[in-house]
Amino acid sequence: MNLLNPPVVPPKTYFWVWFALLLLLLLNWGLAQFNLGPFNLVATLAIPFVQMLLMLLYLMHVRYNAPLTRVFVAAGFIWLAIMADLTLSDYLTRGSVPGTLRKSWEHGAWPPTTTQAPARANS
Amino acid sequence: MANPSVAVAEQFDDMPQQLEASTLGMWTFLATEILFFGALFLSYIIYRHTYVHAFAEAARHTKILHGSINTGLLMTSSLTMSLAIHAAQKGRQRPLLGFLLLTIFLGCCFLGVKGLEYKSDIDDHLVPGQHFTRNIPVQGQLFWYLYWMMTGVHSLHLAVGIGVLAFIAWRAGRQKYSAYYHNPVLISGLYWHFVDVIWVWLYSLFYLVNRY
Repeated sequence: MNLLNPPVVPPKTYFWVWFALLLLLLLNWGLAQFNLGPFNLVATLAIPFVQMLLMLLYLMHVRYNAPLTRVFVAAGFIWLAIMADLTLSDYLTRGSVPGTLRKSWEHGAWPPTTTQAPARANS
Repeated sequence: MANPSVAVAEQFDDMPQQLEASTLGMWTFLATEILFFGALFLSYIIYRHTYVHAFAEAARHTKILHGSINTGLLMTSSLTMSLAIHAAQKGRQRPLLGFLLLTIFLGCCFLGVKGLEYKSDIDDHLVPGQHFTRNIPVQGQLFWYLYWMMTGVHSLHLAVGIGVLAFIAWRAGRQKYSAYYHNPVLISGLYWHFVDVIWVWLYSLFYLVNRY
């Protein structure tokens, strides 16, 4: 396959992807109606992920793109993963490492403090 | 068959190379968009993790019917956009214009439904601030702040997409695109699909939390 000449994707493929997207939408909506415990969260993350892959690969032609373009597509998501990783490694570990800030929500307010609020001057 | 009125820009050898460069440029822009929306999604993750119960309570008040209809509308608009791209690649002028107009129409329907939903949200006192409903814990305002911010910015992107497609449709009506030259149709299609990708996540995170 000549990567510089992307093939013309047949409309049939687009219709199949559309059908799959709608089916997944129904599945996502349907599963949300039931209490599945932690599986609810798994479903609401896994289904849009599959939908996103279908759109990226077929509708946005990533499957047919040149390798360099694919690297650029991946780069966007890799930067996002780096941002998420660095941010969450702060938020999710607060209070669990000695000598670091407490979890901000343990005292209900930011900045975290253990001291009493100063008494009002006129009371 | 080369259209003599459209020459390949001088820095490129041929049209496929020019198309590849345009695609690469568009994906560079979309990478910045991934980070832009990514930061908002990250805020959502952090606050949902922090205020699990307030978020669960707040999320029950989103209008799932409006959200689901809009998801279907956007997915269908992605289909018509793809069919427009196919028509452009085959050099079929009338289907190209028709599918572009249909895509614009579906995009406008999305914004219309969104408007009705916003109206209903405002009536239910779901705008963070002094008049926020008392039925939701106070931290639930964070959920609704993110809801207005993220769906608002998304709608803005969609409105821009409609504007871009209107321009492309106007050019298509003047027969500016052919089987040889149709790069702008492909590039604006990438943007349109990207806006759909963002919505799929918004739908899952804002409408389907704790529905049972």
